[in-house]
Amino acid sequence: MSGHSTYIPKSDLARWFESRLPIIGLIHSSFIVFPNPRNLNYWWTFGGILAFMLMSQIVTGVVLVMHYTPETTLAFDSVEHIMRDVNYGWLLRYAHANGASMFFIAVYIHMFRGFYYGSYKAPREVLWLLGVVIYLLMMATGFMGYVLPWGQMSFWGATVITSLFSAIPVVGNSITTWLWGGYSVDNATLNRFFSLHYLLPFMILGVVILHIWALHVAGPGNPVGVEKKSPKDTLAFHPYFTVKDGFALVCFLIFYAWFVFYIPNFLGDADNYIEANPLQTPVHIVPEWYYLPFYAILRSIPSKLGGVIAMFGAIVLFAFLPWLDRSPVRSGNYRPVFKIFFWIFVAVTLALGYIGSQPPEGNMVLYGQLLTAYYFIFFLVILPLIGLFETPLPLPASIAESVLSPVKPPAAPAAATSSAEH
Amino acid sequence: MRRILKDETMSARLHAGLGAIAFAAAFLAFGTPGFSQGENTGSSEAVEGHHAPERQSWSFYGPFGKYDQAQLQRGFKVYKDVCSNCHSINDIAFRNLADPGGPGFSEAQVKALAETYKVKDGPNDAGEMYERPGRPSDHIPPPFPNKQAAIAALGAAPPDMSVLAKARAISRGFPYFITDAFVQYQEAGPDYIYALLTGYTKDDDPNWNAIFPGHHIAMPKPLADGQVEYTDGTPQTLPQYAKDISAFLMWAAEPKLEERKEIGFRVFIFLIVFATLLYFVKKRIWAGLHDEAAHAHP
Amino acid sequence: MATETMVEPTRRDFLFIATGAAGAIAVGSIVWPLIDQMNPDASTLAAANTEVDLANIAEGQIVTVKWRGKPVFVRHRTQKEIDAARAVPMSELRDPATDESRAQKPEWLIVIGICTHLGCVPLGHQGQYDGWFCPCHGSVYDTAARIRQGPAPYNLYLPPYKFLSDSKVSIG
Repeated sequence: MSGHSTYIPKSDLARWFESRLPIIGLIHSSFIVFPNPRNLNYWWTFGGILAFMLMSQIVTGVVLVMHYTPETTLAFDSVEHIMRDVNYGWLLRYAHANGASMFFIAVYIHMFRGFYYGSYKAPREVLWLLGVVIYLLMMATGFMGYVLPWGQMSFWGATVITSLFSAIPVVGNSITTWLWGGYSVDNATLNRFFSLHYLLPFMILGVVILHIWALHVAGPGNPVGVEKKSPKDTLAFHPYFTVKDGFALVCFLIFYAWFVFYIPNFLGDADNYIEANPLQTPVHIVPEWYYLPFYAILRSIPSKLGGVIAMFGAIVLFAFLPWLDRSPVRSGNYRPVFKIFFWIFVAVTLALGYIGSQPPEGNMVLYGQLLTAYYFIFFLVILPLIGLFETPLPLPASIAESVLSPVKPPAAPAAATSSAEH
Repeated sequence: MRRILKDETMSARLHAGLGAIAFAAAFLAFGTPGFSQGENTGSSEAVEGHHAPERQSWSFYGPFGKYDQAQLQRGFKVYKDVCSNCHSINDIAFRNLADPGGPGFSEAQVKALAETYKVKDGPNDAGEMYERPGRPSDHIPPPFPNKQAAIAALGAAPPDMSVLAKARAISRGFPYFITDAFVQYQEAGPDYIYALLTGYTKDDDPNWNAIFPGHHIAMPKPLADGQVEYTDGTPQTLPQYAKDISAFLMWAAEPKLEERKEIGFRVFIFLIVFATLLYFVKKRIWAGLHDEAAHAHP
Repeated sequence: MATETMVEPTRRDFLFIATGAAGAIAVGSIVWPLIDQMNPDASTLAAANTEVDLANIAEGQIVTVKWRGKPVFVRHRTQKEIDAARAVPMSELRDPATDESRAQKPEWLIVIGICTHLGCVPLGHQGQYDGWFCPCHGSVYDTAARIRQGPAPYNLYLPPYKFLSDSKVSIG
C-alpha cells in the first residue's frame, strides 16, 4: 500500500504467482519493510491491538453463532446452553462479551492518542474520518450484540435506544416502528439485530483496510509530530515494530485474561441474567460502560429532541476535529496550553461516564450538565481559540534529531537508569 | 539513544498519570456526595435504609476458588426440600449434579434421584403426552407448568433459580466498582441471597425483609432452624441453610467456575512468561540500534 | 570480545526459539477451543440413551425409534424370518456375518436404519428377501439386515444396546 514494492520473488513459482497477483509484494511493502517513524511510543501499539481484537471478536462471534438461537423464547436459554453444555462455550462467550469491552478500551486509548498527538491533521484527515466511521460502526455493532442474549438490559436497552429515533419530528414514530418491525421490540427486532450484528463487523473490517491504506499513504504520525524526512528517521516495520506491537499485545492479553477468567461478569449488568420481560422495566437502565458518557449527555438536556441531537452531536464532533483544531503544531507535547485543556477533557469524559451510570437525580443532573457544557465548549470554542493564541514550544528539526541528538552527559540520575537498562 | 526513547514513553506515562489524578480529583470534588445523594433519594437498589449486603467468606472466591462439594450437596438438599416447591431451576439437568466441579454426586445417585421424578414426555404412538420416570439427561422438572399457573397458585411468579446468583449481583457503587476488579469480587449474588434469607428479622411480619428493596417481599420467610435435615453433622440452623443454598445457587449459575479459574491460572502463567520472552526479544532487536545511533552521531 | 561474539549467537538463538515456541503454543491453545466447540456438546452426549418398550411390538412388526438423531429399527422377527436368515450360506454374502452375531435374542433384530451406501432410510418388509429395500439406489437387505443386492457395501450397522428386562431394551 505504499507505492512500488521492493519484494523480489525467490522461486519460479513465486515469480509466476507475483506477476499475476502481487499480493505478497503488497504485504512485504506494507508490513515488512514499511518505514515507520523510529520514535513511536507504546501508545502507538493500540492499532495492532485493535486489529487483533477485531479478528478475535469475529472468530469467537462466528463460533458462538453455531450455538445461538435468535428467537425470543429461545435466545436466553441458548446462551445458557452455550455456557453449560457446549465445549469451551463459557470461554468463547466470556471472551466475546469481555472482548467487546477490551475492543472499546483499546479504541478509546487509540482515539485519545490520536487526539493528543494531533494525528488527524493534514495530510491525515481522511485517515481520521475513516477512524470515526469505524467507531460509529463499532457502537452500532456493540449495541446490537448486547441485545442478543435477550436479558432484561438487552430488551430495555434496545427499547430506549431505538426510541431515540422517535424524537425526530414528524417521521420519528414511523422510523421507530420500522426499526422494530412491529409495535415494540420483539422477535422481528431480535432477528434483524442478529443479522446486522453479524454483518457489521465485516463492514468494519472493510473500513479498517481502507484505514490502513490511508495510514500507509502518509505513514503514521509520531510523538514529536514532525514528518519523516530521511531514512535515518525511520525503522523497518519488521522486526522492530512487529516485536514491539507483539510485546504490547501480549501485555494487553494479560489484562484481557484477567477479566475473562477471574471477573467475567464485572463489566456486565446483573439484570441481563434475567430473561427479557416486556411488561416490567428494571429500576435502573444503564447501557454498557462504553456508551455511558454519551448517555450522560443525552440525559443532561431537558428536551427529548435536544438530548438526542446533543448525544449524536457529541460523537459527530470527532469528525470535525481536523478543522476545529487550527494549530500548525501536531503533537500535544509541544503545546503547553492545549495539553492542559486536553487532560481536563479526558477527565470530563471519564466523569461523564460515571454520571451516566448513576440514577439521574439530585446533583448528578447538575454535574452532568456542567460537564456536558465543557465537552461542547472544548470542541467548539477552546480548541479553535488555542490554535490561534497558543505559543508552541520549539520543535526538533527531525525525528532523528529528537531521538538522537539531545544526548545528555551521563549525569547521576540518568546514569542510574541507563545502567539499569544495560 | 534508548534512554531518550524511554524518556518519551516516560513523559507519555506522566500524562496518563496526570489524567488519572484529574479523574480522581473530579470524583473527590463531587462524585462521593452525589453517590450518597443517590442512596438517600432512593431509586434503583438504593432504597431507603437499604445497604449493600455484607461480604461472606466463600470457598469459591479468588483465583484458586473451588466449590465445597459437601456444601453444594447440602445446598441441593435445601433446594429440593424447600425452594423447589415454588422455584424452578430449568437450566440444571440431573446429570449436572455429577459433573466435575459440581456437587459431586455419583452417576448411580443421580440416576436414582432422577427416577424419583415424574417427567412429561411424548407424544406416544397414541398421540398422547405421558409421564415417565426421570433420566439423568432430563432437566429438573419445574413445580409449575407455566408462569400463569405459578401466579394463580402463589400470587406472584417466583423467579427461576438457574442464574439467580448472577442476576442478584448488586453493584456496590463507587469506589468498590473499581477496587472489586482488583480483588476479584464476583460474589455479590450469593452475598445478596444469604443476606435476603437471613434478613427476615421482624417476627410479626413474615414478608418484611431487611435487604429487599422496599422491605416488602412477596416470598414469606422460607427457612427456619431445623427445617432441613442434614446427615453430615452440619448445624441445622438458618444461617447455615442460607449459606449452603447460596453456594448451591452460585454453582447452578456458574457451573464452570472451577474449570474457568484453573485454565485461567495456566493462561496467566503462560502469558507472563511469553510477555517476558517478548520483552527480551524486543530489547535485543532494538539494542542493535544503539551502535547505529552512536555512529550516526559521533 | 572474541568469546562474547561466540557466546552471543547461541543465547540469542535460544531466546528467539523459546519465544517462537511460546507463540506456537499460544496459537495452538487458542485454536483448540475453537475446534472442540464443534464436537457434540454435553446435552447431546447425555441424551445418547433411548429406551424402548418391547411389549407393544407385535410379531412381524418393525418399530422405528430415534437414537442420536438417527432412525433405529427394532424388528420383532417371526420364526420364518429367523429361519430364512439362518439358512443363507456365508458364501452368498457380500459382508459375511452370521445371524447369531446380528441379534442378541433371535426374535429381536435391532439395527441402525441408515443405508450403508449413502445414508438414506431403507423401507421395511420390502425387496426380494422381505428384509429392507433402499429406495434411493436400490440396495436390498435380508431379514438379518445384511446387504444382498445393490450398491451398498456393508450390512446395516448394529447400535450398542442391552436388554434391561424381557420387555425393555436400552439403545446406546
